[in-house]
Amino acid sequence: MTDLHSLQESIRAAAGARRPLCIRAGGSKDFYGGALQGELLDVGGLSGISDYEPTELTITAGAGTRLVQIENVLAECGQMLAFEPPRFAGGTTLGGTVAAGLSGPRRAYCGAVRDFVLGISMIDGRGAVLRFGGKVIKNVAGFDLSRLMAGSLGSLGVIAEVTLKTVPRPRAECTLRFAMEQPRALESMALWATRPLPLSATTWHDGLLHVRLSGAEAAVRAARGSLGGEVVSGAEEYWESVRDQRLELFAAGQELWRVSLPIHSPPLPIPGRMLIEWGGALRWLPGPQEAGGLRALAASFGGHAVLYRAPAKPAEGCFQPLPPPMLSLHRRLKAVFDPQGIFNRGRLHPDL
Amino acid sequence: MIDRLRRVLPPGAVLSDAEELKPYECDALTLYRRMPLAVALPADEAQVAAVLRTCCEAGVPVIARGAGTGLSGGATPRLDAVLMSLARLSRILSIDPLARTARVQPGVRNLAISEAAAPHGLYYAPDPSSQIACTIGGNVAENSGGVHCLKYGLTVHNLLALRIVTIDGEVLEIGARALDAPGYDLLALLTGSEGLLAVVTEATVRLIPRPQCARVVLAAFDSLAEAGQAVADVIAAGIIPAGLEMMDRPAVAAVEPFVHAGYPLEAEAIVLCESDGTAHEVEEEILRIEAVLRTAGSTECRISRDEAERLRFWAGRKAAFPAMGALSPDYYCMDGSIPRKRLATVLEAIRKMEGKYGLRCTNVFHAGDGNLHPLILFDSNDADEVARAEAFGGEILELCVREGGSITGEHGVGMEKIDQMCVQFGSAELETFHAVKRAFDERGLLNPGKAVPTLHRCAEFGRLHVRGGQLPHPDLPRF
Repeated sequence: MTDLHSLQESIRAAAGARRPLCIRAGGSKDFYGGALQGELLDVGGLSGISDYEPTELTITAGAGTRLVQIENVLAECGQMLAFEPPRFAGGTTLGGTVAAGLSGPRRAYCGAVRDFVLGISMIDGRGAVLRFGGKVIKNVAGFDLSRLMAGSLGSLGVIAEVTLKTVPRPRAECTLRFAMEQPRALESMALWATRPLPLSATTWHDGLLHVRLSGAEAAVRAARGSLGGEVVSGAEEYWESVRDQRLELFAAGQELWRVSLPIHSPPLPIPGRMLIEWGGALRWLPGPQEAGGLRALAASFGGHAVLYRAPAKPAEGCFQPLPPPMLSLHRRLKAVFDPQGIFNRGRLHPDL
Repeated sequence: MIDRLRRVLPPGAVLSDAEELKPYECDALTLYRRMPLAVALPADEAQVAAVLRTCCEAGVPVIARGAGTGLSGGATPRLDAVLMSLARLSRILSIDPLARTARVQPGVRNLAISEAAAPHGLYYAPDPSSQIACTIGGNVAENSGGVHCLKYGLTVHNLLALRIVTIDGEVLEIGARALDAPGYDLLALLTGSEGLLAVVTEATVRLIPRPQCARVVLAAFDSLAEAGQAVADVIAAGIIPAGLEMMDRPAVAAVEPFVHAGYPLEAEAIVLCESDGTAHEVEEEILRIEAVLRTAGSTECRISRDEAERLRFWAGRKAAFPAMGALSPDYYCMDGSIPRKRLATVLEAIRKMEGKYGLRCTNVFHAGDGNLHPLILFDSNDADEVARAEAFGGEILELCVREGGSITGEHGVGMEKIDQMCVQFGSAELETFHAVKRAFDERGLLNPGKAVPTLHRCAEFGRLHVRGGQLPHPDLPRF
């Protein structure tokens, strides 16, 4: 395990010289957000599971711990990470998962990374180790700064260790497939989510709606009966390819846009292929889009658009721009943790 | 100040007479009573912003208040501060059944959201025990939980978006009706921030389908250790119950004559474990739960046969707090959380503290998520008992931190646990909290003196967080 002290020293030295640092472990998400800037700060050595208590539903591990390792340990005790974060090619680490704030197919039904973060230890831009949250499920002491780290793309500090809430694996699972055009698929996903059905994932692409049911055997059986459709055998591989973003659609264009919308938003008036997840709340668009137009469209529905993968990074950043008062609040928060502005410059926002 | 507020608010929206102010002198933590400078009753977001701007310009502190049901003194007034009640912002703005959202003003009662969503088969899951009265604005401020939060989450897990007003009167939208939003997760930061960062003027919450049915198992145990192990065994069996509660023998003895729930009086602990979902699902799960509890050594195990019996089993647990009123003039409800496996150790230590402080303490426990509610019995007319009750409570919270838990599971820090914050956090973390507050509220005008102690206060409190053998705040003078 990399000495926390040596990382603190590197950070203090960089802060003294106002030298930007690029926090990295597995590097599986180098493509995500603004271009990497600064000297590499490798945190991959902060690795290892320090505490796992299946009956407490918590696991604590170093930021550099591979997700695959964590999931194997959980699986041995019949547990899992409910938010199904993407593992990409396998090098993905816990710290990067939390920092990127990306969640997988189960997100719409069980919650996102941030919902399962219970505590964090981090190194701030002064080189101080800070601990927020804890190892218990209920804890409202102090501001919830551990959840604030989720999705901050390393711009606030170096995540050193994370405690996550774990959940039991479902006892039964079944995937149904329906041939359906997009409007009817969107309506069906929204309607079914208003009923007490054990939904755990939904996708629509290429004229097919996939619905995964997970839970008690009786519940899955009953839901299968009431929804109809065709039972898909060997669906696990399909869901893994959605989760790890290996499905062919993710690579169908040089660019990939990720559009996040309220559930029950209508079909986007955009031609071309599309992958819909999260009951309609997440839409992946392979191929080039006019950024301003797509962002305005997403905003008009109450959502936002991210240029998720692109051969070249645009100057205005990959994320939906923040309104001026929000941006200034972001700057003030960034300065709390990273007064010299050394961490992951430009990754979350060109000005942060 | 009162005149300035009257100029920006409609007639009748500023209270200043002593008798009008009296109902606002405390929240549900009645140990602390103070009179506010004035009470402002804005009726919409523009008026909220006007009150905040007025106070900001005058440099006068503001304390936001919902229904005043909070148990940690988060809404306790100050003589030099305006108390702003959000009670008049009480409209449910819209319910969108297919998007499964409700957009509500902060003064809407928690239960009213579920009532409004009921015709669509939906409800709002977090159910703090005060849900009939507490408001969503207060729930956001405290990140309230409830009996069902192990399965359905806390407020933070059930919120999509907020409109907030900052101290300088600026309106910001945070979160989104979509499942994520650009930038930092300010929704998580605002939730549970105890009114220190901004004032909520609108919340969009997530609704979920109401489970078709629920049944509960009542199990008795000969020891707290066995009951604690049984709870762990339920989780180890891969079950996340809708509710998982425990009561110790004194708590059972107190409630049984009160509600006749049929609890076994000879048991050292009872466990209530609820399953909800479809009829098939519940049937399957409840039998598995019963089997686990029996194997874990339950001396008596009963499954509710019908809804009436289920409600009767719960009635005892829900009557635990009022029942204390029959035993003692006052009780002080604590709210620590611990890793569940430390339960027996913690309860044993609390038994010993009863002797030390000469006060009785009964225990009810959200066992599923490790949230302990020791109820310390005392008489508020006896100053010495009050002091002993506070010291007893403080020692319990410090014990929770030592055992790897937290000084507050769901009630918040407020005024009550501010000294114990010095035990749970080091000076670097506390300084970070203050800096985050300054990022929102540079002059510290929103709910000052709550939730986060000054380092000076921690030094005076004298019971400091010791980490790795090093005393924190080495830079501070000691008195």
